[in-house]
Amino acid sequence: MELTRRDFLKLSGGGVVGAAFLGMFNPDSLLEAVPIDIPLRKEKIGEKTTICPYCAVGCSLIVASVDGKAVNIEGDPDHPINEGSLCSKGSALIQVVNNTRRLSKVLYRAPGAYEWQEKSWDWAIERIARNIKKMRDENWIHKDGNGRVVNRTEAIANDGSAAVNNEEAYLITKLCRTMGMTYIEHCARLCHSSTVGALGSSFGRGAMTNHWIDLKNSDCIMIIGSNAAENHPLSFKWITKAMEKEAKLISVDPRFTRTSSKADIYAKMRSGTDVAFIGGMIKYVIEDIERHSANYNMTYIKEYTNATLLIDPNFRGPADLDGLFSGYNANKRSYDRSTWVYQLDGKGIPKRDLSLKDSNCVFQILKKHFSRYDVDTVCSITGTPKDVYLKVSKTYAMTGRADKAGTILYAMGATQHTNAVQMIRSYAILQLLLGNIGVAGGGINAARGQSNVQGSTDHAILYHILPGYLKTPSPEDVDLKTYLKNHTPMSNDPLSANWWQNYKKYIVSLLKAWYGNAAVAPDFAYEYLAKVEGNHSHIAITEAIHKGIIRGLLSWGHNTAVSGPNGNMERADLAKLDWLVVPELWESETAAFWKRPGVDPGQIKTEVFLLPAKASLEKEGSITNSGRWSQWRYECCQAPGMAQTDLWILTKLAKKLKDLYAQEGGAYPDPILNLTWEYGDGPDVHKVAKEINGYDLTTGKLLPSFTKLKDDGTTSSGNWLYCGSYTETGNMAARRDLTPDKFNTGLYPGWAWCWPVNRRILYNRASVELDGKPWNSTTPVVVWNPWRSVWEGDVPDGGWPPMSQKGTRLPFIMTSEGRGHLFAPGEALKDGPIPEHYEPWESPVKNLMSGTQNDPVVTIWESDMDFTGSPDKYPIVCTTFRVSEHWQAGQMSRNLPWLVELMPEMFVEIGEELAHEKGIGYGQKVIVESARGEIEAVAMVTKRFSPFAIDGRKVHEIGMPWHWGYMGLSTGDSANLLTANIGDANTTIPEYKAFLCNVRAK
Amino acid sequence: MAKAMLMDVTRCIGCRACQIACKQWHDLPEVHTTNLGTYENPPDLSADTWTRIEFRELDDHGTLKWLFSKHQCMHCTDAACVKVCPTGALKRDPYFGFVTYERDKCSGCGYCIEFCPFHIPRKDEHANKLLGTGLMGGKCDFCFDRVSNGLEPACAKACPTGAIKFGERDDLIREGRQRVMTLKKDYPDANLYGEQELGGLHMLYVFAERPSVYDFPENPEMPAAAISLPIEKWTGVGLGLLAGAGMLTASVVARARMIQEEKENVKEQE
Repeated sequence: MELTRRDFLKLSGGGVVGAAFLGMFNPDSLLEAVPIDIPLRKEKIGEKTTICPYCAVGCSLIVASVDGKAVNIEGDPDHPINEGSLCSKGSALIQVVNNTRRLSKVLYRAPGAYEWQEKSWDWAIERIARNIKKMRDENWIHKDGNGRVVNRTEAIANDGSAAVNNEEAYLITKLCRTMGMTYIEHCARLCHSSTVGALGSSFGRGAMTNHWIDLKNSDCIMIIGSNAAENHPLSFKWITKAMEKEAKLISVDPRFTRTSSKADIYAKMRSGTDVAFIGGMIKYVIEDIERHSANYNMTYIKEYTNATLLIDPNFRGPADLDGLFSGYNANKRSYDRSTWVYQLDGKGIPKRDLSLKDSNCVFQILKKHFSRYDVDTVCSITGTPKDVYLKVSKTYAMTGRADKAGTILYAMGATQHTNAVQMIRSYAILQLLLGNIGVAGGGINAARGQSNVQGSTDHAILYHILPGYLKTPSPEDVDLKTYLKNHTPMSNDPLSANWWQNYKKYIVSLLKAWYGNAAVAPDFAYEYLAKVEGNHSHIAITEAIHKGIIRGLLSWGHNTAVSGPNGNMERADLAKLDWLVVPELWESETAAFWKRPGVDPGQIKTEVFLLPAKASLEKEGSITNSGRWSQWRYECCQAPGMAQTDLWILTKLAKKLKDLYAQEGGAYPDPILNLTWEYGDGPDVHKVAKEINGYDLTTGKLLPSFTKLKDDGTTSSGNWLYCGSYTETGNMAARRDLTPDKFNTGLYPGWAWCWPVNRRILYNRASVELDGKPWNSTTPVVVWNPWRSVWEGDVPDGGWPPMSQKGTRLPFIMTSEGRGHLFAPGEALKDGPIPEHYEPWESPVKNLMSGTQNDPVVTIWESDMDFTGSPDKYPIVCTTFRVSEHWQAGQMSRNLPWLVELMPEMFVEIGEELAHEKGIGYGQKVIVESARGEIEAVAMVTKRFSPFAIDGRKVHEIGMPWHWGYMGLSTGDSANLLTANIGDANTTIPEYKAFLCNVRAK
Repeated sequence: MAKAMLMDVTRCIGCRACQIACKQWHDLPEVHTTNLGTYENPPDLSADTWTRIEFRELDDHGTLKWLFSKHQCMHCTDAACVKVCPTGALKRDPYFGFVTYERDKCSGCGYCIEFCPFHIPRKDEHANKLLGTGLMGGKCDFCFDRVSNGLEPACAKACPTGAIKFGERDDLIREGRQRVMTLKKDYPDANLYGEQELGGLHMLYVFAERPSVYDFPENPEMPAAAISLPIEKWTGVGLGLLAGAGMLTASVVARARMIQEEKENVKEQE
């Protein structure tokens, strides 16, 4: 009789009979056959690939399924980023698909009802479409108070999503804009909107400059405002490789994290003091440049940045104006920015001083500004020990050498502040001074959180932009001509590429994609686009619901009842809606707000539609990771019950709305009737992807690149940045060619596709000397081949010849004058062309840098549910964070038993000293209170938080994850009940990361 | 050739992908846990948790350290559990060198739990209460099915940073020694653990601190009592020839031990 190990496994735990039976064999004789006979536990390992739905590293997984049911999921060993590895969340993905908590039916909650009712898709789509139509028609604004045509409705808002595929994100934008909606947002507002504002105004594009694998090429990695080891665990594959080659890792964080545990230097820093921290480093570098210029890349500084450019002599900065810049109007809380501009010569070209000595040149302005950021003042603000701070400054400044590269990796710790854009701007200035932008191992790596938040931002589910970062028209933009005049930058400098001069090609091609034959010259249906006025961002949506302006909300899996600031207000406001539509995988807190603890559902009149959506690995489409790689996902297993893709839901809704307007008419039906939506009933995701790419309308062929787009209506492209992603050669996002790049630096140009034009490292022409030779010959990005007169390596950022040759262009092709912005001129930013330290909105201390306590242009929201806490009542700084084992607002992890096992309960991290003062023990329940609310959590008393010495006094800080809510397998209080409706001056991203609280034992 | 895994604690980011990957591959259910004031969970190894990352905060003369170390069966060459197992449920795999466990052969004697120098095997509370068979709930099986089919163990494959590496034991020892030499500069106590211990472990470690800092025995030894147990003799003869009777005897012995233990526990509580 032969028994294999497989039989053993089947019998495993089978009891005494089997055991006694097997006991007859001599064990060793069986073992001889082991290596040959052992079958795998699972029938299959994996046959289809998908991209992970958690963070935006963009790891690939292989999925095995039997009869549509997933039986095994593990890392894709061929994927160049994750190489088969996964984090705890990716490893648990099978529990997203094999989970009885998943929604499988269309659920409806009638006004005042206590329970869900099951409904059919047809019924729900019909009713939702009628609700939208009624709300739109009754609240249509054709002209504003000034008689300008605005064609909009403010009564319906859209929220979400960064979790949908690119094709779905694009259709959300397309449908919402066509309906004339203006409140169009998603969670990118809450996570990285300040990144786009800061990096865009610094370099020209608002995205992570390099890519994940490139971290291995770095000589020094400074992680500030990010906890990459926990929130982007796979980034550490490449950070670890860099460290094996002697790279230094610096962790700057209020709290000693899993990232800090791996760092060569850990520098503690009080939340919200990044500008002071980096400002001191900028001062160190500027002084060091003057003393030891050979240690810095002076050519880079003089030629590739705007250091030499002269600023209007009337410009004044905080050193002169006690924390303000010239042009401040206290009544309007805004700046007249007319002095924040370059001095122009007779030809309209900015004047320069190549000696860097002119007091109006950017370099001298920086020097004067940051001279105030001396080590003592900085450390008094940040609470960083001085010796550690100096070590950080010195270590990082060593990347200023032309052949060295340092990178800054940041995330929400930087982005979620009232002066978040300026914090990130400070990173940009430091990186430009050190010549670190455009080079391998350098750059500013904005670690995107949601799997497709880059794509959903590119496709503009944001009120202020259209796909491809075109501007949303405002009422002043009365026609296409005026719109173009107002938004197309001009440059007289022959050295400037000024790429945005192509603006018209992109907007016309977009309008052709959306409205087809109805988009004809001269305006190409421009009038269909709603003209938006004022701030319509996330906080503004909450406040507008509160005021009764918005009464219908489409919420695509964006769980704002957990993730929105001032959570009590977010939740209460949902009850003010007439209707709420939630496509979701789970019964989320937002969907179930009407039955949350402490409320009587009978009193809540909101109609709620909870639509079962397919999960990422149950559908096909592309998503864009943080490094701008668009990667294709395949349908790997079956979805539960009635669940459908967002693409399907959008198509049903769009078709129904088109039918209703065709049959019944209504307010301004033209855009809806002329909206192109020919994707089949399926619908076919490839057709959407092709529309995004765009066509030559004269030949019907897919376009190979956005350089082929035209402004005369003969081309279409749903998003010019993605032109080249799906061409006549095929679906570029689905490519799996692992051939390394010419210089073997980890670009993998044949793997998937990367915007723009498959360029893997942005601004890469700044990585070379003026003659096109790389600053660092061991890890070149692009190299000019003088014999063939071509660039080799990555796709050059602008194909012009090197700077030493005729017909060249400067390397920052998206800024109007072609250089990286140490000083962000003109209208780029609302609160200053250079960063100045201000205290968080709620702070226990006075601003030591000036008499201006807070960012002077932040919007102050003053509803009856907006409260500000004072330090006498709330003396402790509080911050929020995420953990490796949970995901954002929690539904994608708090419903997974394995992840709940790892992190079962809401907790708060409290330093040992504070815990001792408050009499709080390990694992004890505590109450944390702010001016907005109070929550209960388990105290994690730790050495990893210690008090800060701020201006000679002791300041405590605590921190807590924000993943929990009242629905799911693991429930708990939400940290965001404590946070405030106060946002960044430029982008209104809420200040989640620094506010005041108090804590007590329960 | 003997295979092994090498865990370099200095590369571990504590993400615990290894814990989940293990559960995913082996279809192990979740353990109901609570937050005990630490990131660490589940609180112990069990029938349903075969590997676990332990978290330690350490104040080293003013320098804060947060240490992560992976704990599971060490797959000893001179494995006490194999030596004391009366039924051959625990065996040393002669091809790869790791210790396999077949639960249906477990008579429930509990010797492995008692004698393991690393305190790894755990009693399964849901095991057959009457006879005590299958008492030891399960432990790291080195993914022997994956390894036999040319795949890495699930935990090593998942590990994002290469903190857990799988390969030829000889190669990993070379790599570990090299790594320790590099680490010595910053960590004078750095050491390679498992090269010689108990005839050589198949779970090797690069530690930055002394092993005891991570709660590993500095000098693990085969317990003297395990050597003196005459089990090997009577399993070979008694069980081989009189399997049914032998198993029954072993079960009765095990059951008697359990009852005795429970009595002692009651006494302690009193």
